[in-house]
Amino acid sequence: MKKLFFIAVMLVTGFANAQSRYDGAMEKGLAQLKEAKTPAEMLTVSAFFERVADAEKDKWLPFYYAARTNILGGWMDPKADKDKSAEKSKELIAKAEALEPNNAEIYCLKQQVAVQQLTVDAMSRWQTYGAVAAEAIAKAKAADPENPRPYLLEGQYQLNVPEAFGGGKAVAKKLLERSLTLFNNYKPASPFHPDWGKELAEKTLAACQ
Amino acid sequence: MKQAIIIVLMFLCTYCLTAQVHVTGSVRDNRGRILAGASITLKGTYDGANTDSTGRFVFKTTEQGSFMLVAGNIGYKSVAFPVILARDTVRVNFSLKEEISELKAVVITAGAFVASDKKKGTVLKPLDIVTTAGAVADIAATLQTLPGAQRVGEQEGLFIRGGSAEEAKIMIDGAVVNNFFYSAVPGIAQRGRFSPFLFSGTVFSTGGYSAIYGQALSSVLSLESIDIPERSEVQVGLSPLFGSVGFQEVTKHKKSSYGFSYNWTNLSLYQQLVPQAPDYFKAPDFHTADANFRFKTKGNGMFKIYAYFNAGSLGIRNPSLDSIGLKNAFNLSNKNFFTNISFRQSLGNGWKLNTVASISYNKDQIRNEVQNADNQTNPVTHIPEIDYNSFQLNNRQWMLQARAVADKRFGAMNTLRFGAEVWNNSDSSRYNNQDGAFPAAVNDFYTAAFAEADLYITNDLAFRPGLRTEHSGLLNKWNLAPRAALSYKLGQNSQVTADYGIFRQTPDRRFLANNANFDFLRADHYILTYQHIAAGYTFRIQAFYKDYRSLLKTDDAVRNATGTNGNGYAKGLELFWRDKKTFKGFDYWISYSYLDTKRNYNNYPVAAMPTFAATHSGSVVLKKFWVKQMFGMNWSWNWSTGRPYYNPNLSAAGFLSNRTIAYSSNNFSLNWLPKIGKANSVVVVGINNVFNELQIFGYNYSSRVKDGNGQLINAAVVPPAPRTFFVGLFLSWGVDRTQQQINSNL
Repeated sequence: MKKLFFIAVMLVTGFANAQSRYDGAMEKGLAQLKEAKTPAEMLTVSAFFERVADAEKDKWLPFYYAARTNILGGWMDPKADKDKSAEKSKELIAKAEALEPNNAEIYCLKQQVAVQQLTVDAMSRWQTYGAVAAEAIAKAKAADPENPRPYLLEGQYQLNVPEAFGGGKAVAKKLLERSLTLFNNYKPASPFHPDWGKELAEKTLAACQ
Repeated sequence: MKQAIIIVLMFLCTYCLTAQVHVTGSVRDNRGRILAGASITLKGTYDGANTDSTGRFVFKTTEQGSFMLVAGNIGYKSVAFPVILARDTVRVNFSLKEEISELKAVVITAGAFVASDKKKGTVLKPLDIVTTAGAVADIAATLQTLPGAQRVGEQEGLFIRGGSAEEAKIMIDGAVVNNFFYSAVPGIAQRGRFSPFLFSGTVFSTGGYSAIYGQALSSVLSLESIDIPERSEVQVGLSPLFGSVGFQEVTKHKKSSYGFSYNWTNLSLYQQLVPQAPDYFKAPDFHTADANFRFKTKGNGMFKIYAYFNAGSLGIRNPSLDSIGLKNAFNLSNKNFFTNISFRQSLGNGWKLNTVASISYNKDQIRNEVQNADNQTNPVTHIPEIDYNSFQLNNRQWMLQARAVADKRFGAMNTLRFGAEVWNNSDSSRYNNQDGAFPAAVNDFYTAAFAEADLYITNDLAFRPGLRTEHSGLLNKWNLAPRAALSYKLGQNSQVTADYGIFRQTPDRRFLANNANFDFLRADHYILTYQHIAAGYTFRIQAFYKDYRSLLKTDDAVRNATGTNGNGYAKGLELFWRDKKTFKGFDYWISYSYLDTKRNYNNYPVAAMPTFAATHSGSVVLKKFWVKQMFGMNWSWNWSTGRPYYNPNLSAAGFLSNRTIAYSSNNFSLNWLPKIGKANSVVVVGINNVFNELQIFGYNYSSRVKDGNGQLINAAVVPPAPRTFFVGLFLSWGVDRTQQQINSNL
C-alpha cells in the first residue's frame, strides 16, 4: 500500500513536472520580457517564445508573446526595416489566431503592426493602414468589451492624429480614462494571459493634460 | 520509510544534477557569408538561440538523446541536422541556401520609375502630383520635373529624351488614351484631362519599356486607376477657374463602389483678374462629367468601368505676322468621350488574367479666320500667305481597343506573361480653305501579340526577355520587336539594370491619308541604369543611347509622308536624387538631364537638334509639411538651356541652329488642410514664375513681312501671361464604412 501510494505520488509529481516545464518556460520568458532593454534582447525573447510555441503546437499564448516581443523589438530599433519586421509579426499573429480565433488580445497585436507599418510613410499610408488599425480595434472591443487594452491603443493612436482629423488630446484623454477604469476591474484568465499596459495608460494620460 | 526517503532524495537529486550539454556552432550562407540573427532550435524542445553578429551561437540544454537541430533564417531554406546529446559539447556549422522570395529578390524595373505603395522607391503618387509647385496638379507637368522629360512650354505632350510628343503613349489600366491632353491651341501647352486622384499608381518609363506595350518610339506612361475607395464621400471643389461637385459611394463590406462627378471650368473671371497677352474673345469654357463603377469579384478579382465626357470651346486672337494690322482669330470647339472597362482575376494555380477594353471619340472643330483691326472678317487680299490663313478643320477620331494579358507564375517568382491586343483607329477630317473642301479618312486596324518572361536566375540576378509582333492594316505590314532587360543586385538596396529593345511605331496617321505604303518607324534603345533605393532615399543614374533607325520624312508642307528613310540619334545621361528622410517633414528631389540629339525627319533638310530638346535641363523640387498644423509649403525650380527654333532667314546649313534664351521658372504653392465644420478640406494657393522670369519658348516668323535688313520679322512665343495664379478650395464629407460595418454586425 505504501509502495503504491509512493508510486502514485512519483507519477503525479512527474506529471506535474512535465506540465510545469511549459509554465516554467512561460514564467522565464515573461521575466525576460520585463528585463529586455535593447532591441537585440527583445528579439532573443521573441525567438525563445517562438521555440516554445513550435514545441507545444497547440498553445496560442507563446505565439502571442513571440509576436508582441517582435513588434516591441521593431519599435525599439529606429534603424529596423519596419515592413520586414511586420512580415514576421504577421506570420506569428496568424499562427496565434489559428489556435485562438476572435481574441481581443490578438486583434490588439494586429493594430500595433498596422500602426508600425503606417509610420514608415505616414503621408501615403495613413488612409489604408489607419483603416486596418481602426478595424482591428473595433473587432477587439467587440470580442471582449471589458478588455482595457483596445482603449489604451486607440488612445495612444488618437493622441498622434491631428485634431482636424478627429484626434488630439481631448479625444485621447477620454479613451485613456476609459481604459484605466477597465484596468482596475479586469482579471486576466490566467497568470500568463496578457496583463500589460496600466502603467503605459497612466503615462500617456499624463501627456494628454 | 528510510528507503522511500532515499528514493525521493535520489529522484530529486537526479533532477538537480541533470547534465547540461553545450550546443554551439555557426550559420553561414552557401557562399560563406555570416548570417547574424539566424534562429537555432532543438526541435520539440524550448531550447535554442540566435546567432550573434559573428554568425555564431551557443546554448545549453538538459535534454539527452537524439534530436534534430534546426537552423533557419528569413529568406533561406531551413536545415535540420541530427545530433546526439550526451555529455560532450555538440558543434554544428550550418550552411543555408537562399530561397528566392518576393521580399528579397531584385526588382526588375527595366529602367522605369515605379510608384505604388507596394514597391519601394515611390516617385509619383497622387499626393506628389498635387503638391508639386508649378504643376497645378497636372500629371504631365509633374513628370517634367523628373529626368528624361523635356519641358516644352508651347506644346502639350510628353517629350522624352529628344522624342516628339507622338513617340510617347499614355495608358490607363493598359488601354491607350487617344486624347490624354486637351486639344491643341497654337503656342499654349494644354494640360491632361484626368485628375491625379483617379490613379493609384504610375509607371513612367523613359525608355526600354516592357514588350506588353508598343507603338511608342520613346516612352510609355502607364497609369493604374484606383480600386474600391476607402470610404463614401461627397466632394466639392471651388476656385475662380472652376467649380466641381461629385460623390463616391462605397457599398457594404467594400464590395463595390460607384461615383459621379461634374466640373465646369471657365476662365473668363480669371482672365479679367490676370491680364493675358493674347486676346481671348471667347474665354475657355469646358464641361466635364465622369462616372465610375467598380466591384470585386470572387477570388479577389476586380471589375471597373470608367466613363468620361468633356465638351468645351475657346477663341483666341493674335496679331498676324504676315500683315501689319491684321489678326488671326483661332476658334476651337471640342467634344471628347472616353470609356474604359477593365477586369482582372486570379484564376488559381498561379494564373492571373488582365483584360481591358476601351472606346474613345474625339471631335475637334477648328476655325482660323483672318480679321482686321476691328475684329471683323477681313476680305480676301489675294496675297496667298494671308488668305491661306483662313481655314476650317473638322477632325473626328474613333478608337476601339481590346486587350488581354495572362500571367503565369511558376516556381517561387518566375513568371511568364503573354497576351494580345487589337486597336481600331478611324480618323476622318475635312479641311476647308479658299480652294475648296478637302476630306480625308484614315483607318488602321492594328493587332499585336506579345510574350515576356521574368526569370530569377538567383536572388541577385534577374532577366526579362520579351518579344512583340505587330501588324498594321493601314500599312499592310507586320514587324517583330525583341526586348531584353537584365537586373543585377549589388547590395541590399542597389541594383544595376541593362536594357535593350527594338521599338516600332506606325507613322502618324495624319500624314498617311494619301499614301500609306510605308514601313513602321523604328528606334533601338540601349540603357544602363544604377539605382540605390533605401527607406526615404532614392538615387538613380542612367545612361542611354537611342538609335532612330527609321523616322518619317514628309513633303515641305508637312502634309503627306514621302518615306521612312529619316533617321537620328539621342544619347545622354540622367541623374535623380530624392530624400524624404534627412530633414524632418521635408521631401525634396533634384534631377538633371544631359541630352545630345539630332534627327532628320519630316521636312528637315539636314539632321539637326529638334525644337523639343534642350542640352541641359533639371529641376529642384522642395516640399515641407507640418503635421500638427496640417500645413505644407512647396517650391520648385525648373530650368533648361535654350532650345532650337526655326529661322527661315537662314539657309539649310543653318537649319535649327538658333537657340532661345535659357528657361527658368521658380514656382511656389502652399496647401492647408483645415477641418471646416464636418468636412475635410484642402486649400491650395499657387504662383508659377514667382520672379517673373522672361520665358521664350521659340519664335514665330512671318512668311512675307521683312524688316529693314531684309529679314523676315518674328514674334517670340511666350506664355499667355508671365505669372500664373491658382487658388482652390476642396471639401469632402465622408461616411466611414468601417464603423457602419461594425455597428451592423453587433
